Amino acid sequence: MALRYFLRRLLRMIPVILGMTIIVFFMIHLVPGDPARTLLGPRAPAEAIEAFNLRWGFDRPLHEQFLSFLSGLLQGDLGTSMSYNVPTTELVAGRFTPTLLLMGIAALFAIVISLPLAVVAALREERTPDHVVRVIPMVGLGLPAFWVGILLLTFVALRVDWLPVGGYGATWPDRLIAMILPGLTVAIGIAPFTIRSLRSSLIEVMEADYIATARAKGLAGARVLWAHGLRNAVIPTVTVLGVNLGWLVGNTLIVEKVFALPGLGALMIDAVLERDFAVVQGLALIFGLLVVLVNLLADVVRASLDPRVQLT
Amino acid sequence: MTAVSRSESPKAVRGRRSYSLAIGAGLLGLIAAAAVLAPWITPYDPLAHDLESILAPPSSEHLLGTDHLGRDVWTRLLHAARLDLLIGIGAVITPFVTGTLLGAVAGYYGGRIDLVVSAATDMLFAFPYYVLIIALVFSLGPGIPSIFIAMAIVAWVSYARIVRGEVLSARGQQYVMAAKTLGYTDLRIIVRHILPNVITQPVTYAMSDIVVIIVGVVTLSYLGLGVPPPTPDWGSMIASGQSFLTTHWQLSTIPGIAVVLVGLSFSLIGDGLTHRLRPE
Repeated sequence: MALRYFLRRLLRMIPVILGMTIIVFFMIHLVPGDPARTLLGPRAPAEAIEAFNLRWGFDRPLHEQFLSFLSGLLQGDLGTSMSYNVPTTELVAGRFTPTLLLMGIAALFAIVISLPLAVVAALREERTPDHVVRVIPMVGLGLPAFWVGILLLTFVALRVDWLPVGGYGATWPDRLIAMILPGLTVAIGIAPFTIRSLRSSLIEVMEADYIATARAKGLAGARVLWAHGLRNAVIPTVTVLGVNLGWLVGNTLIVEKVFALPGLGALMIDAVLERDFAVVQGLALIFGLLVVLVNLLADVVRASLDPRVQLT
Repeated sequence: MTAVSRSESPKAVRGRRSYSLAIGAGLLGLIAAAAVLAPWITPYDPLAHDLESILAPPSSEHLLGTDHLGRDVWTRLLHAARLDLLIGIGAVITPFVTGTLLGAVAGYYGGRIDLVVSAATDMLFAFPYYVLIIALVFSLGPGIPSIFIAMAIVAWVSYARIVRGEVLSARGQQYVMAAKTLGYTDLRIIVRHILPNVITQPVTYAMSDIVVIIVGVVTLSYLGLGVPPPTPDWGSMIASGQSFLTTHWQLSTIPGIAVVLVGLSFSLIGDGLTHRLRPE
């Protein structure tokens, strides 16, 4: 049953992925201004532009370029890096681990930060703790992730001996330690969203009939929440993380750059600064796919946690 | 417990909300006034190098000190506010209008139009925000006009989603039926009857969207893709201060505080508006 659900969800992703491919391709190709001019500069000689277009296939009609991009994708070819002259897939291969590690740790931190705050707010709805918790997202929304990272570097990493000032360790324990501050930075970036939606789903949970039953049995508010509500609160947490995944992943991009982590995001920003066309295109697609896949994962986790979810 | 607090709440809530609207508007007014008056209330030229006083600490001469080129930080901070506020508020207009209209049309007509609009919003939504923005600014070339175009392409999605849902539920309501029975044109029904009833949602959303856009602009500038130096901008100020974290931490810290204050003021306004405009 669960497997069938999973496979059907996988099938339903095909049009989404095709659509994303179209968006990425046309975002890079259809946008006003032509790539050669953008890349070589406005004063590049005509011959250089012609050679450039010939080399990278920009002289061919757009639909032909798209079809060759698509057929390349199907063969696992993301194009060739213009700065390094190697396949994009080769550049990308070693970059997955730091990014996935960062995403995982950030998601964990986000739960650790938002769940207690949301519980406190939900239990004391419309009272002082709730008001305090509701101001946090207002401040948090305006926090640029890179700035939070810089603050943590300045005021924590530079003052605490065992925390590295950026970089990625060689051994796994070192890597995990290196992820603490970046993970915290990304988590602070999504906390405004997770706190807000968790608070309202917890309030909803607390209004459910089984909570009323537990209360009628004479259990106190906090006990009701821990014994009955929290298990049901984990489900919205997973959903909320899934919904805000795009934001989480987008923040990892910036945070990797601030903390000098050798991940996909730092690679994308470097590729943008080096004007490496194919790598930017490939990575945009990879990031989109990453979000779709992790969302699928979140759905499966939720379905296995919540017997009420219909697996159709 | 909950029941009791709920019956108490409406009055208390309204009191607190009008508070948040007033505080938010006051804070924003203060920042906006400082930004507008920047050329008159700051003593220096934001671009003028003063190599005699490089990296000076805060003093009576330089309120917040100077940066690595001897430029007055207070002066640059206020001039940056001019630009960043202007971009933030300016860049929200196009996506607000296109998103609201597309969402209204999709929700009202349904069918094939709805299918196309919904598919587009779903696909764009699947991409991480910063991946889209950075890729677009990359292909357009760095700079302020590219930021406007990138935001116009990306940010309409949320408005379309919100308005589509609202219109979808308004479509079945009696006032819309009545307008239809009277033989009004679809355009008139959408613009004169439905939109005034659903516009609250996108308007309050726009307040937090402005925050997201300003943070986005600052982030792009930090990465070197936004406002080109030496034009004063909070993001590039934070970036150039990053080389002096160990000795002059205030250079990167202060512009960030400005961003947070602007964000807080818009969030407070949005929060206040949500509850002020909510139909009783």
